[in-house]
Amino acid sequence: MSAPLLTIEDVAVELPTPRGNLRAVDHVDLSLEAGRTLGIVGESGCGKTMLSRAVLQLLPKKAKLTGRVMFDGQDLVRLEPESLRRLRGRDLAVVFQDPMTSLNPVLTIGTQLMETIQEHLELDAPAAKARSIELLAAVGIPAPEQRLAQYPHQCSGGMRQRIAIAIALSCEPKLLIADEPTTALDVTIQAQILDLLAREQRRRHMAMIIITHDLGVVAGRADEVAVMYAGRVVERAPTQALFKRMHMPYTEALLAAIPKLETAPHTPLPAISGRPPDPTRPLKGCSFAPRCNYATGRCHEAKPVLTSAEMPGHLYACFHPIRMTEGIEA
Amino acid sequence: MLNFVVRRLLGMLPVLLAVSLLTFLIASLLPGDLALVILGDQATPENVAALRRDMGLDQPLWWRYLSWLGHVVQGDLGRSFRTGQTVLQAVAERIPVSLQLMLMAEFIGLLIGVPVAIACAARAGGAFDRFMTGSAFAMLSMPSFLTAILLIYLFAVELRWLPATGYVPFTEAPLANLRFFVLPALTLALAEWPGIMRVLRSDMIATLQEDYIALAKAKGLKPSRILFVHALKPSSLTLVTVTGINIGRLLGGTLIVESVFALPGIGRLLVGAIYTRDLVILQGVVLLVACGFVIVNFIVDMLYAVLDPRIRHGHA
Repeated sequence: MSAPLLTIEDVAVELPTPRGNLRAVDHVDLSLEAGRTLGIVGESGCGKTMLSRAVLQLLPKKAKLTGRVMFDGQDLVRLEPESLRRLRGRDLAVVFQDPMTSLNPVLTIGTQLMETIQEHLELDAPAAKARSIELLAAVGIPAPEQRLAQYPHQCSGGMRQRIAIAIALSCEPKLLIADEPTTALDVTIQAQILDLLAREQRRRHMAMIIITHDLGVVAGRADEVAVMYAGRVVERAPTQALFKRMHMPYTEALLAAIPKLETAPHTPLPAISGRPPDPTRPLKGCSFAPRCNYATGRCHEAKPVLTSAEMPGHLYACFHPIRMTEGIEA
Repeated sequence: MLNFVVRRLLGMLPVLLAVSLLTFLIASLLPGDLALVILGDQATPENVAALRRDMGLDQPLWWRYLSWLGHVVQGDLGRSFRTGQTVLQAVAERIPVSLQLMLMAEFIGLLIGVPVAIACAARAGGAFDRFMTGSAFAMLSMPSFLTAILLIYLFAVELRWLPATGYVPFTEAPLANLRFFVLPALTLALAEWPGIMRVLRSDMIATLQEDYIALAKAKGLKPSRILFVHALKPSSLTLVTVTGINIGRLLGGTLIVESVFALPGIGRLLVGAIYTRDLVILQGVVLLVACGFVIVNFIVDMLYAVLDPRIRHGHA
């Protein structure tokens, strides 16, 4: 097997705050092969967005990043700004969470599409325009030619996210990072956008990282899932394996928090009680222990490391993994 | 867009009316009888009464306002009782000086302020940013008569590069005209750029935090394109407002700078009118300057729409 397209090696991100250093990402290792999809799941503040920003090298100025991000044979952390710039937008693309704020309000959609194309591909203006129209049509925008002259505020949220996806796809990237691409959208639009991303990914054979707080989003769409909690990856497995047999109590709790059709109305959701630990005050033991139903004294004393389960490729960080016998419908 | 323009134009009417009322009241409620001022100390009460009747000063205030407004609307702002010049003539004579001074000062001010602001915002908190923010603060607190005297001392007395005072019309001697204007325009610009720089810098810093700037970086655009195309335009609304206010203010002439550099502009006209109690000129000039201000603000509003499509389409 060839080398993975993206390898995240021992990446840690620290943000200085008035209350001390905040460890947003705590020594994460992940890898992704060309054409595959990785889902990163976790609740707000678990570090999933910071991790994606670390890959893109778009961390806040004061953030301290350690570790290596190997992309296509180059370490993005140590890359010259100019080489990084040539890589971004061309091989490495991103779709942000909120399409209402990720498009520039004073530039036309055409400008925002064509500038990326003309920056990275050697196309003249008419060719770049033709390509923009093609891209808009591919992401399902009706009357793409007229849209080029319009501004973002003249489009709906779903439309804007489609445009953001068209921008991301414009130079045929090898890796697309979708950071909660549907969180800010209406429920009816969410599935459409996810299907669009999946379709374009297959067509273009690009690798994709989907970041989400919703296990349901990655269920049918990711090849592999990494569950993050308090800056660390706590469980990582091929999607099928994860849903069949999850080991980490946190993953189970995340899944239980998704409403199901068959439950009776007005049944309270089994929400995860308590809150994630204060990231400026790291715990000695497992960070999930204070909220975990299975926690014992040992969980508060020592940090479990990611270890291999019986299934190949299935890793988890827990002293008391759940031994589920029957699978859960994914 | 047309709808927007018409709405803004209609909005100007009440403002102009209020301005006219205010200028009229200021001039009319000043202590001292105008007829007495004109006729001097030796006037007999009969003469004063006759002149008051002639000038309509015996009429009630509201009637005098309406008849003055009626004349103003027809373009008749009155005539100086001292020089016999009409207000329009007096202003037409002086306005090129103030206009040229304003344009040159604003141009130099923007030329210094905008690049410095962008450079500071690009590396906010850096050494250059801290130095320039400090310098701007120092310049802001420097009164213009002091700047003027220092510039005259340096460039006119010591280096002898530029004349200290004087004026020739541009049409007669363009080069000499420009030389006369450099120091006064520079004096004003040195007071203008800190304001320009500070508003643009802080707006730019806020804009650079936006998601769409992060996306522009993620798109691999050149840093210069991100700064000038993606960040500058959405950050320049306050800058346009400040520049508009500056222009409006400078249109009214600059008493101190025009006096120090002996430029025959609107400022000197106003000072003269105040000293000689030439109320007709005073009232007319103040009204015209206020109208200029309102028009500049209208242009600023139009520029907003040019800069931000959301305003143009009535979304904000």
